[in-house]
Amino acid sequence: MTGTELAVLAEAEDRRRRGGEQRLLVCCGSPCMAAGAESVLSALRGRLAASGMATEPDLVGTGCRGPCSRGPLLTVQRRDETDAIFEHATPELAVAVVDALSRGADLPGEGRLPERFPFLTCQTRIVLANCGLIDPDEMGQYIGAGGYNALARVLHDMSPEEVCAAVSASGLRGRGGAGYPTGLKWQLVRKERRDRRFVIANGDEGDPGAYMDRALMEADPHRILEGMAIAGYAVGAEEGYLYVRGEYPLAARRLGKAIAAAERTGILGSRVLDSRFRFRIFLRMGAGAFVCGEETALLASVMGHRGEPHSRPPYPSRQGLWGCPTLINNVETFANIPAVISMGAEAFAAVGTAASSGTKVFALCGELVNTGLIEVPLGTPLRRIVYDIGGGLPDGREFKAAQTGGPSGGCIPAAQLDVPMDYEALQALGSIMGSGGLIVMGEGSCMVDIARYFMGFCMEESCGKCVPCRAGTFELFRMLDRMANGIARPGDMEDLERLCRMVRETSLCGLGMSAPNPVLSTLRWFRDEYETHLRERRCPAGRCAMNGEAVPCPS
Amino acid sequence: MSVVTLTMNGRLISARQGESLLQAAREHGIEIPTLCHLDGLEPLGGCRLCLVEVRGSPRPLPACLTQASEGLVVETDTAALVEYRRMIVELLLAERAHTCSVCVRNGRCELQAMAARLGVDHVRFEYRYRLLPLDASHERFTLDHNRCILCRRCVRVCDAVEGAHTWDVCFRGINGRVVSDLDRPWGESTSCTGCGKCVHLCPTGALSRTVDVGDEAARERASLLRILERRAGIREEGA
Repeated sequence: MTGTELAVLAEAEDRRRRGGEQRLLVCCGSPCMAAGAESVLSALRGRLAASGMATEPDLVGTGCRGPCSRGPLLTVQRRDETDAIFEHATPELAVAVVDALSRGADLPGEGRLPERFPFLTCQTRIVLANCGLIDPDEMGQYIGAGGYNALARVLHDMSPEEVCAAVSASGLRGRGGAGYPTGLKWQLVRKERRDRRFVIANGDEGDPGAYMDRALMEADPHRILEGMAIAGYAVGAEEGYLYVRGEYPLAARRLGKAIAAAERTGILGSRVLDSRFRFRIFLRMGAGAFVCGEETALLASVMGHRGEPHSRPPYPSRQGLWGCPTLINNVETFANIPAVISMGAEAFAAVGTAASSGTKVFALCGELVNTGLIEVPLGTPLRRIVYDIGGGLPDGREFKAAQTGGPSGGCIPAAQLDVPMDYEALQALGSIMGSGGLIVMGEGSCMVDIARYFMGFCMEESCGKCVPCRAGTFELFRMLDRMANGIARPGDMEDLERLCRMVRETSLCGLGMSAPNPVLSTLRWFRDEYETHLRERRCPAGRCAMNGEAVPCPS
Repeated sequence: MSVVTLTMNGRLISARQGESLLQAAREHGIEIPTLCHLDGLEPLGGCRLCLVEVRGSPRPLPACLTQASEGLVVETDTAALVEYRRMIVELLLAERAHTCSVCVRNGRCELQAMAARLGVDHVRFEYRYRLLPLDASHERFTLDHNRCILCRRCVRVCDAVEGAHTWDVCFRGINGRVVSDLDRPWGESTSCTGCGKCVHLCPTGALSRTVDVGDEAARERASLLRILERRAGIREEGA
């Protein structure tokens, strides 16, 4: 396929879409599927076939639409009218909607999201631009939305150096959590004097409560492929690996389809978009280890070894897959790349803050009126996310803390609600941006319990290669468990802090180094809660059992 | 081969380019403790005992995996490092059942020696007290998981030196343990050559010779008989 053919295809898709009077979009992301989107979709299909409408509306099963707690979501797009979005859609509602459309009558009034729903209107969607609006299994729809234009432009009008420079100028930083400047990483790989290089997209998202990458992979797989191909061109790699978490079969299936479609049409393969650039992408599934999200463990897993990290340096940009220079970015980082190229580096850098440009996708969950997937410019105050987008806590409950960064992150207390959500500001508060999990907690949450939960997670997920992480997280979990059960020993508090520092300083990889963060950050903001557990043997939030019995450790 | 100069514990020392800090230190009589490293085996960086402070690095670095380079300023024995090492040994002692008095390696155990060297006279952490199985299915050797510190010397030597790769690690985290073949009893392993390299390198009593049964015991007796024979000869001469 050439650039011209791409444009023709996009135009045809656009014309087809304009020709149709209406589109019916059913969110088929994992949360909506779990809530019964499949039955809504088949009810729509059946009723549409029976209705005998002259111009049958387009029926599209899309990826994640956003407000997951309201699912299944059914969106009705009509020409010259604002979209009608139905929440908690049922097969009965589907029938009623089709009947209304075929009669030309008004749509059912109940079960509709407000027209200016702040959850949707307060967002800036760059990465999620197509999410919930296109069929992830139809490459034509991605192309119709302007997809693969950036790749065509890069291949025909830009040198690899120019691409690296553009990514650097955009100020894009890694979306996997650490926030390393993406352009710099690309240039490091590019500079290595080796013939063979690799590109890897890290889709091994594992933080509890975080599902940004899953939604992205399920909803807009071609955007990730496009970002990877651009990266391959920029760093001089001909092979890319997409590492998907084993728990995401739907994402893997859609990505596999997308890769096959792109190869069939010559968007990937030996002559990418009829240029001399060759690029293939291989899909790799994880086997259920959180640590494989760590880049060196991911490398081991891709190569077929036990998923365990190794010491850095050497960094993967120098010695990665089979000893060759390897670029590893998060899938969300790659999904930003087409936007960087098509918007232009300056326009991209203008979004967000000076040091953290662009947007960030967050998986908003916990005690909120509206939970789901959101995308906001970096630097957006937490208060705006919690109260404007999330709609505040249900039943007027008080906000207590927000947990970011999963088991590597920390809690942000109510006093810091106005913190801008960017890399540096969160780090200053003892938390991290992380991959984008954002869990909001109210007064009923106990911070010792939260710390205990995350420590248990790290203990379960430690690979066991180094002693501090293997045995240290185990002992930390037991100390926290004793506190939560009212059987803590007097010296436990000091030992807890000392061991936290030791595990942070001496562990081999990021998992161990960051495992104490949830404890240290809750100790920083909620030390009195720990004291109450320890001295008064009481849980202020009434959450901990305090029954004087230790929970048996998992064997 | 080019030579670099670095500062270790305030002393200027020279090292070969590409040499590890651990090797460089040893060549100059500075002992950095380690339980997993052995020259000739792939460095692992697992025990974290050899961590040293390098100026400019935000956190301590493993000496076995850090290359000596020009102008490095290294401290190997700061108070913080010594405290970390003690905690590591305590964590190891609490993790499994290291009951020295009934261990075959008592007195010759590297973990025991390390504890003594670092002044570990008590363990502040709660012991795990979890009885793990013992694999005595091999005709000459025994594997006792209760004494294993997961240093993986056995895994590495079997793979790199013997070329058999009988050993590997199964499960993860606190539940990790070394297994032979695909977690079959050692005695039924089809890849094990019985060379005993793993046993010779094991720092603790996890891998040991099963000296009290089978052929081994018979050989012990034969050598003793030879000694007695000589002794009898000497006696005869003296008479």
